[in-house]
This record gives sequence, structure tokens and C-alpha cells, in this order.
Amino acid sequence: MPARDYIRERFFPHMWCPGCGHGIVLNALLRAVEALGLDKKNIVMVSGIGCSARISGYVDFHSMHTLHGRALAFATGIKISKPSLNVIVPMGDGDAMAIGGNHFIHAARRNIEMTAIVMNNRIYGMTGGQSSPLSGYGTMGTTAPYGNIDHGFNTVDLASSAGATFVARTTTYHARELADFIQQAISHQGFSVLEVLSQCPTQFGRRNKAGDAPEMLESYRTGTARIDSKKKRENPDLIERGIFVQKELPEYCREYERIISKARGE
Amino acid sequence: MSDAVKFIQGNVVCAEAAVYAGVRMFAGYPITPSTEIAEHMSVRLPRVGGKFLQMEDEISSLCAVIGASLTGHKTMTATSGPGFSLMQEALGYAVMTEIPCVIVNVMRGGPSTGLPTHVGQGDVMQARYGAHGDHAIIAVTASNHADIFRMTVEAFNFAETYRTPVILLLDEVIGHLREKIRIPEPGEIPLVGRLRTAVAHGVDYHPYLPREDGRLPMSDFGDVHRYNVTGLYHDMWGFPTEKPEVVYGLIRHLVDKIDHNSEKMTRFRKYHTKDAETLFISYGAAARSALHLVENRRKRGERIGLLELNTLWPFPADIVRETSRNVNFVLVVEMNMGQITREVKLAVENPRKVYLANRVDGELITPTDIQNIVRLIQGRGV
Repeated sequence: MPARDYIRERFFPHMWCPGCGHGIVLNALLRAVEALGLDKKNIVMVSGIGCSARISGYVDFHSMHTLHGRALAFATGIKISKPSLNVIVPMGDGDAMAIGGNHFIHAARRNIEMTAIVMNNRIYGMTGGQSSPLSGYGTMGTTAPYGNIDHGFNTVDLASSAGATFVARTTTYHARELADFIQQAISHQGFSVLEVLSQCPTQFGRRNKAGDAPEMLESYRTGTARIDSKKKRENPDLIERGIFVQKELPEYCREYERIISKARGE
Repeated sequence: MSDAVKFIQGNVVCAEAAVYAGVRMFAGYPITPSTEIAEHMSVRLPRVGGKFLQMEDEISSLCAVIGASLTGHKTMTATSGPGFSLMQEALGYAVMTEIPCVIVNVMRGGPSTGLPTHVGQGDVMQARYGAHGDHAIIAVTASNHADIFRMTVEAFNFAETYRTPVILLLDEVIGHLREKIRIPEPGEIPLVGRLRTAVAHGVDYHPYLPREDGRLPMSDFGDVHRYNVTGLYHDMWGFPTEKPEVVYGLIRHLVDKIDHNSEKMTRFRKYHTKDAETLFISYGAAARSALHLVENRRKRGERIGLLELNTLWPFPADIVRETSRNVNFVLVVEMNMGQITREVKLAVENPRKVYLANRVDGELITPTDIQNIVRLIQGRGV
């Protein structure tokens, strides 16, 4: 199916800046959905607020653009009420880890089947470049003009400890790997988290002398390595990419079906 | 006693009424004095194939309820003051996106953590104005078990009819009070179901294009029509817009669909008001004491009556004005600093004859408390 069959042309042109990584995530997502052969009417995209959140409007699925940080809570209500739906929740780093941090860990704990994609550009882009919980120590932002003294979360560690049963990380440079991970995350029966390092040349790159979009993408190539790779062993400081957690545990909606049987004395 | 007659708590009545109305999803967070509603839902909902979710907080509770409603189910949450404060953000979202749901607030003493186990009626204005931005809201209340049942069902009916969140304001006394109730037979109280679009598959469906009567037929998430829902100002497709004419059209629609139909939502009870010289206006637990006093004084020949309000928002100004036209004075009985008193003063022809009898110490206002105020107004001393 051509890409235009998965998007709402009425909604375009999109509002992302030139060089933004989020378009690559959208591209990979559509490839994953096509590869899985999912029916558009069985997909719900629920997003919060921010640059990342706009992705839900561009796709021709059921889509819900909600409140800052609350996307997973809305998505939980949708999924439990209609478990046959594939629920995908794109989030930004501030959206998922700051204002939505509590919803994030509890969705992971419940192991409710949905796919959380954390599009991590290390900055609040839409509001103009303020530091986020994933900006990292020493970075510059419009609210950290003397350098950030906050330490960042490690999304993968947090998701794993909170109970997510599928946890992966990749970058927008690794576009094929990204599509593959999204496909695996959607197929996973449980709560899946995919962190995608996504460049923001406008707000993060400019203030942190990280260069333009090609340079930032290049840094994803040189600055990351697959789990257990030779490259990682030789350069322990590199950010790891790959699937960190992939396990089977009882899924929440299926567990609730058991509750219904029990309550009915079956 | 037949099976339909029960001796139960008001909170349980509310939960049973919600099941009667067809609720199939509840999400909530424990908070006194509303918790029994969640507990009862956790027992009842799976038995009817519904879903009960205990969420991580009140914020996510209402968000989950709104999401679930979009899949075509009647949904509800229940809370009290502090939780209701946390829900204001999502309440505004439900108003803006026109997603039906019911929010029960079993009021306790506030502000802040206040008096968790004691009664208050201080959230009346929060129900009206708590969510930011201009909007209209529907809020109903009840003072006895039969009315808790009736108004809970009505709350769901209003939510579906007007595609809006509806607030049910109960209070600690009513929620925890046990009294007899006959559970209505199926069909005894009419139910309003979800109005779904008749637009066929393959034909453009405009989720936010009101019909001539102002109603918007819905399409369930998971059904053939795929559309966008957003808390931003949006056009008939559900797409964000900043066009002034579209923005203006939407806010007028959100306000008008409720304000222009306020008569259809007005629920009240009149007790001995026809020849009354003294009129009480009250609601919730306070109305029980007011009614008790009215019945007692009537036996002594005093021309005294009660207008009990079941609908608080939109405020039934016409009924209040008409009922108070020929009385010597109006005494509003409520357990706050005069939140409905202010509305009554705005509604009546002579606001100087409107007085407040209140109690804000966590105790239920008694008939004696009210009688003392009546004597003061009449210049008879306490």
C-alpha cells in the first residue's frame, strides 16, 4: 500500500521543523504497520502534547490528541474497553518522563498491551528549548542558561524496572532498525517501550553546538552501538541500541477476562 | 421484603444506579468519602461484563474514563474534593472534545485535605468553574436514596444527550447514609443510549459537525470511521484550527448546547411552596434538615415551604425566581459559605430578601440550626 493510504493528506504539511527526526519515526511507523498488515480501523494512536504528539493527527487511524503526559492513561481506558484494538502511544521525552512519568511506570507495571514510543529529542521543542528530564547533565536550554545540573533518566532502565515486558532503544539514523523494532513492539503481547533518539536541530542542536540535522544523525551512528557488540565492548561509554527486555508475563486485558469469569462464577 | 427493596449506603445506590444506566467501565482512585462506589463497582462491573480499573491517581482515572467512552461505552469515575481538583484538567478535555462521561464527587469538608470524613458542600462552584476556560457544565445532586438513583441515571442520560461530562455532586452524609430503597425495575426509568452516526462506510463522517438540533452523532473507536479527537480548537473533522470563525463557532456551540436547553435539565422538588411566606432553597444532605423543619412547622400552621434543587448547573434561575416571587424571604440552606445563595440572589427580583443558613464545621446542619436563623431574620431572637 502506498504511504498516502496511511496518512491524512488534509492534515499536511506537517508542523515539524526542517531536519526534525520525528518524520523519520512517522515513516518507520507506517512501514511497520504495513509490514504487519494491520487494518487501519483496528489501530488507535493516542498522543499527549508536544512536537511528538502531532504524529497522531497525521496518520489515518483512530487518533486522539490528549493532555500533556496523560496519553497512556487515555490509552489504558481505550484498550481495556476494546482489547481488540492495537494501541500505539507516541510520546515526547518531557511528555513521557516528566509530567507523564507516573502514568508511564504504572502502565508498565500493569503490563497492558500497548506500544509506547518515546521520541527522545532531549528538549521541550514546541515551547522553545527548555530542559527536559532527558536533556542530561551539563546541557544547555532556555531554562538552563548556565548549564543543566539535573541528571537525566535512563528510559530503558526505568521502563525495565517498572515492569515493561518489551524494552528497546534505537535512533532515527537507524531507520530500518527503527521500523523493525516498532513492528516487534506492536506484535508484543504486553506493554512495550521503544525509546527513539530523535534529533532536534532547532532547539537542542543549536543551543548545544550539536550541529545541524546531518551532523546530529551522524552522532547517532558514531555514538551508539548494538548491545553486546564489539563496538560497545571497545567503547563502553557508547549508548546501547537493541532489545533489552522481551519476556512473557500475563497481559492485563487477558487477566481481566479471567476476573470476569471469576465474578460470574464460571 | 422483595429483592428490589434494599437497605444500603447512598454510595452503593449510586453504583447500582450507574449499572442500571448501563455503565460498563469505571476507573477510579480510593478517596474518602467516595471509596465505596469504587469498591462496589469492582464487584458489580465484571459480573455484567464491564471493566473496573484502579488507576494510579485521579488524573489518570478520568483520562481512562474518557478514553473508554470513545470506544462506545458508558463510563464513570467517583472521587471527592482533592481528587476532583486533580480531575479538572481532564474534565475540561471532555467538555472540549464532547465525550460523554459521569463524574461523581462525594463532597467532604475543604479546602485542601480538609475534613476527609465529614460533610461539606463546598465544591458547587468548583463544579461550575473548576476547569479553565469558558464552558457550560451540567451538575446534579440528590438528598435521598430514591433521588440518588434517579439523578445518577439522569446524569448518564444528560451526558449522552448533550455529549458532555456530567457531574453528580453527592456529599458525605448522603453517601454514607443507609436507608431503604426500592431498586426500580428495568425500563422504569428511561435510558438514553449513545447516538451513533448513520453515515455509511466510505462516506465522509464529520465527527464535529452538529446536526440541526445541536446533537453530534458519534462513531466508536474501532468502528469504520477514523477521525481525530483533540483538546485544541478544532473544525468539523476534528482537526486543530486557529481560524477565528471556527473557534467562535465551537465555543458558542459548547456553551449554547447546554444553556439553551437548561429547562430540559432542570430537576427539582417543591414541598408546600404554593402558599409559602417563608421559602427554603436547599439541596443534598442540607435539604433533609430543611424538609424536616418545613414539615414540623407546617403542622403548627406556619406557611413555610422548600424548593429542593436536583439540578444545580445550569442554574434553574427561572424556577427559583417564580417560586420565590410571593414569599417574605428566602433562606438558602447549604453547607458552604453561600455558593448557591449567590446564584439565588442573582435570580430573584429582590436579592435583599435572600438569606443564608449554613454550617461549615463538618457537621450536618440541623433543623434547629435553620430554625435559629429563621428566628433571627424574623427579629424574634434565638
